[in-house]
Amino acid sequence: MDQKTPQKIDIDWTACQGHGLCAELLPDHITLDEWGYPLVDGGSIPPRILKRARRAASDCPVLALKLTARGAPL
Amino acid sequence: MTTTTTFTDVYMSPRLLAPGGTAADLSTHELRYGPLSYGDPDTLLRTVAESGLTGRGGAAFPTYRKLVAVADASRRTGRAPVVVANGAEGEPASRKDKTLLRLSPHLVLDGLQLAARAVGAGEAHLAVEDGASYLESALAQRNDPLPVQVIRLPKRFLSGQASALAQYVSGNAPLPRHQHPPVRERGVRKAPTLVQNVETLAHLALVARYGADWFRSAGTPTQPGSTLCTLHVPGREVRVVEAPFGLPLNRLLPLEGTSAVLVGGYHGTWIPAAEAAQRTLDAGDLGAGVLAALPTDRCGVTETARVLRYLALQSAGQCGPCLNGLPRIASAFQTLATPGPQANTRQDVARWSGLVEGRGACHHPDGTVRLVRSALTTFAAELDTHARGLCTASDATPLLPIPNEAH
Repeated sequence: MDQKTPQKIDIDWTACQGHGLCAELLPDHITLDEWGYPLVDGGSIPPRILKRARRAASDCPVLALKLTARGAPL
Repeated sequence: MTTTTTFTDVYMSPRLLAPGGTAADLSTHELRYGPLSYGDPDTLLRTVAESGLTGRGGAAFPTYRKLVAVADASRRTGRAPVVVANGAEGEPASRKDKTLLRLSPHLVLDGLQLAARAVGAGEAHLAVEDGASYLESALAQRNDPLPVQVIRLPKRFLSGQASALAQYVSGNAPLPRHQHPPVRERGVRKAPTLVQNVETLAHLALVARYGADWFRSAGTPTQPGSTLCTLHVPGREVRVVEAPFGLPLNRLLPLEGTSAVLVGGYHGTWIPAAEAAQRTLDAGDLGAGVLAALPTDRCGVTETARVLRYLALQSAGQCGPCLNGLPRIASAFQTLATPGPQANTRQDVARWSGLVEGRGACHHPDGTVRLVRSALTTFAAELDTHARGLCTASDATPLLPIPNEAH
């Protein structure tokens, strides 16, 4: 994907099982709700944390976290 | 079970529903509307754009934009689109699609062929919960360019959700999927897929015949055309009517003796009767056209608790926030419906509503929260009364239709 396109965190809710690794890797952007599911700050990912966000995506045990181009059509 | 009657000509000269409540076979249909001519796809698309037709399945998305998005995705991927006419109508309070399919099946089937032609589809389906054999015999009367397969859907609230429908037509369980990429780009067996409500297709069949100006002669400049509504008025049979957008709600529902109106069905909003008296039929909150009057002797909190229990049970159970939040919200509403101490229940409901909203693959949590919030506002006084251990309702008979409700 184009490096310059602002990206945001997208959760596939049908896949997410609340493992919570993403909240450990990105504590400033992801917290967990009272059931253990991620609450994502909806803004675009600042470039300085893009690397950690990519790691959160690849480390998710069920690959439920994806980085998508902002403004992708619903 | 109450029967559905249709008073097709009370609010306007009926466009969609065959007059007299008698089903129109193909020859009656052609006599009434004239033969279908396809024209070229670009002309049809332009006419649809000018008509301002929007989807009648609940989201009111512009039909033209959806058709173009599917056609574009087809060009990009080199795959012929699939078209699915959505007659699922999983909403228990809605009867309009079943009524339309029974009375005017050929109008829907004309629209399906037109939509297929407009996007260059290679495959067409008609998905319904009821009446599949009847529709198959209607199809057998026709000489359509593209064969149509009738899909028999399981009776679930979410069967008609576009991604669930695309899954089912693909041979999988009818469960909503993550919406990226959307169904219109990657739907049935990964082909670009047009899922269009059956009423929308029926309007399309008339727009193609009579043009955009004719379509816009009903309704308002910003919300042109007419729409089918299912009306629930206590003491009367459930009725399906066709009405123009902009019509005052009090022309459709008698509001005397009514404390509130449910607009848009179980994913819709409760509004106080006094406010309903000022409102018109508006695509922005009409959902799939359900309007239900709550009499002053019934309890809106209790009715909402019944609906929320049903909605929680209809969650596909795939997404954590919906799986966890909806049963808690439903159970809390049962507490609120029972006169007595409420402790922090209302605050819990508000918090859980925030936690489920926007956090699912489909809009089931969002629609449920819309109903919850409107109930907390519209029935605030009744909730206070319950907290004091009382209820103003004198009639505890269940009102809104809930399938297979346990008592």
